[in-house]
Amino acid sequence: METLEQLKARLETAIPNAKIEIVPNPSPVNQPSLLLDTESARAIAHFLRDDPQLRLDYCSNVTGVDWLKAGYLEAVYHLYSVALKHGPVILRMRTGNRADRVYLPSLTPVWRSCEFQEREVYDLYGIVFQGHPDLRRILMWDEFVDYPMRKDYVEPDDYEYDPTPHDDALEKARKHYPQAPAPLQTEAAQ
Amino acid sequence: MIDASLRQEMARQGVVTTTVQELYNWGRKNSVWPLQFGLACCAIEMIAASMARFDIARFGAEVFRPSPRQADLMIVAGTVTKKMAPQVVRLYNQMPEPKYIIAMGACAISGGPFRAGYNVLKGIDRYLPVDVHIPGCPPRPEALLEALMALQKKIDAQPLTGPDRPRHLDANAPGEYLVPECGEHDLVPSSNSQLWQPPVLVRGE
Repeated sequence: METLEQLKARLETAIPNAKIEIVPNPSPVNQPSLLLDTESARAIAHFLRDDPQLRLDYCSNVTGVDWLKAGYLEAVYHLYSVALKHGPVILRMRTGNRADRVYLPSLTPVWRSCEFQEREVYDLYGIVFQGHPDLRRILMWDEFVDYPMRKDYVEPDDYEYDPTPHDDALEKARKHYPQAPAPLQTEAAQ
Repeated sequence: MIDASLRQEMARQGVVTTTVQELYNWGRKNSVWPLQFGLACCAIEMIAASMARFDIARFGAEVFRPSPRQADLMIVAGTVTKKMAPQVVRLYNQMPEPKYIIAMGACAISGGPFRAGYNVLKGIDRYLPVDVHIPGCPPRPEALLEALMALQKKIDAQPLTGPDRPRHLDANAPGEYLVPECGEHDLVPSSNSQLWQPPVLVRGE
């Protein structure tokens, strides 16, 4: 398969107004990815699927990333070619911010396997995929309003007694039982 | 009540005596039909318990019913997520009395490894009156059989009259349990306060 730089150049000639950026990955896996702009993402996806050299016919994974400090949400797509047995090609798209401009184009019309996974990203990160045929929550119930995988998610305060609290649970134990010195003892233990 | 030694003597002579209570409880405890549903990996152990190697039929509990209307026993086998909890309570409400619950495995009794999560119930006894808890992750089929035997002993010991009589013979006992609503952040209410209260901590000196 061609390198990501070659692929980027070919994409830019095929889709002239596409703004594509290569996101390097300095970790040992060394899987750099293509950062797409939201306007041309759908056209790029169609090109990647239909190009005879690439034929990336299978989207194996869609996930979300919450970049809290940078202030945007990101969707990551892993593409493979079952026909030509190569991959992955990794796509990224970023939202405008984390509050109201959380829209990204859905790639479900291109790869059917994105459907449930985009719903999951919507459910847990709150990215709204425009053009998705059935964008509903998939894991949490419909009445739920939060996005649990966001880094600033505050979970419901349902702390109960924990015999060996540590880390976050220890913080909660201190909050719920402010003056309690360690060790805590239950009524039954006495 | 007939004297125990007299009863033995009569049995030796071929005269069997019994009481309505004994007969009633004997019948109930030997045909505890479980509701056929599982929530996670504990269900696989429950299925194993029903197969030939462990053979739950020896205890009269092999008839897994596909409908709550025909079931006597709910085996809560697995992780109860907050999304699933209202359905579990509703299934229990649909079962006719007398009915019993076995909470099977670490998740069903306490949330297990998912206890600290935002989406898992910290034990089904927050909404339902559990009769027998089985620890384990998952418990072996033998543990489920042990729990069934414990339940049979419990049924056998129930008096049919007086304050300790079973719920279905007490007109004032609750017939239905509160089904929690799916709220915006959590289940509403987060537990049935008539059934369950968080443990009270007393500081040791």
